[in-house]
Amino acid sequence: MSNPADSFNIGRTSAEMRWIWIDKFVEFHSGESAVAVKNVTLAEEHLHDHFPGFPVMPETLMIEAMAQTSGILVGEAKNFQEKVILAKVKKCVFFDYVKPGDTLKLAAKIESIAPEAASISGKITCGEKLIAEIDLMFSHIDRNLAGKEFPEENFVFTDTFKSLLQGLSSDDGSSDALESGQD
Amino acid sequence: MAMNRDEIFQEVQEVLIDALGVDNNEVTTEATLMGDLGAESIDFLDIVFRLEKAFGIKIPREELFPAESLMNNPELVNNGKLTETGLAELREKLPHTDLAAFENDPDINKLGDLFTVGAIVNYVDIKLNAA
Repeated sequence: MSNPADSFNIGRTSAEMRWIWIDKFVEFHSGESAVAVKNVTLAEEHLHDHFPGFPVMPETLMIEAMAQTSGILVGEAKNFQEKVILAKVKKCVFFDYVKPGDTLKLAAKIESIAPEAASISGKITCGEKLIAEIDLMFSHIDRNLAGKEFPEENFVFTDTFKSLLQGLSSDDGSSDALESGQD
Repeated sequence: MAMNRDEIFQEVQEVLIDALGVDNNEVTTEATLMGDLGAESIDFLDIVFRLEKAFGIKIPREELFPAESLMNNPELVNNGKLTETGLAELREKLPHTDLAAFENDPDINKLGDLFTVGAIVNYVDIKLNAA
């Protein structure tokens, strides 16, 4: 039996590699800023090894959480038509440990956006405490690697990713996001 | 807001230090962005965004760093060198850059050498004065 999705083989393979590392959006202002939440739990296996007896969230995974928060913000700004790829970590400064039980707030703001790329500034906080400042750049790859071809399907923004936006209610200024998130 | 070349240079220097993680003594007028300062393609976009913010100007990417579109056009590039048409196009697109040395040997691998710190300063200077 043939699966219609097989025709997008490359796209599917990439899509299957994706993983979601934030829990939900609590604010979403299309083309401007967004705030997502990530709950850190000892059930996450990496915390068992990093480090035994002293579990702290690896900084790289904080960058990943910010990349997902801001990547979706940047993608939504162009209606998820672009393949948005993390291209550069412009800045990352970490101020404090993140431990199991912490709830992280990831606030991202679009600083610049052009047809080829976007840059964002981000802050991670836990309660009142500043955890990290992370500034990133994203490339809209179809517009940058002249001559190279990518799968037709947008393998960056899978339905799973877009579903993160569906929990938002429209009374927080997020109705734009809601609609395009359900495409 | 009128800025003289020194002021523009200092601002450009600041932008490049932040964007490329280089030291301020590396950012000389003659330094090339790719060869000397290690810029890669995504850095060019980063630099454009930062320049826009620093100077309050709008920079079409093609205007400051037009190399990519040239390189992919067979009319403009033949056998790894820019054709006469290609050179003419480059002169038109890069009025802020000194092309004399490049024209003797228009090897596209040397296009990167054209993007110097000085060329950015010239570009911003023209842009600010025209505005």
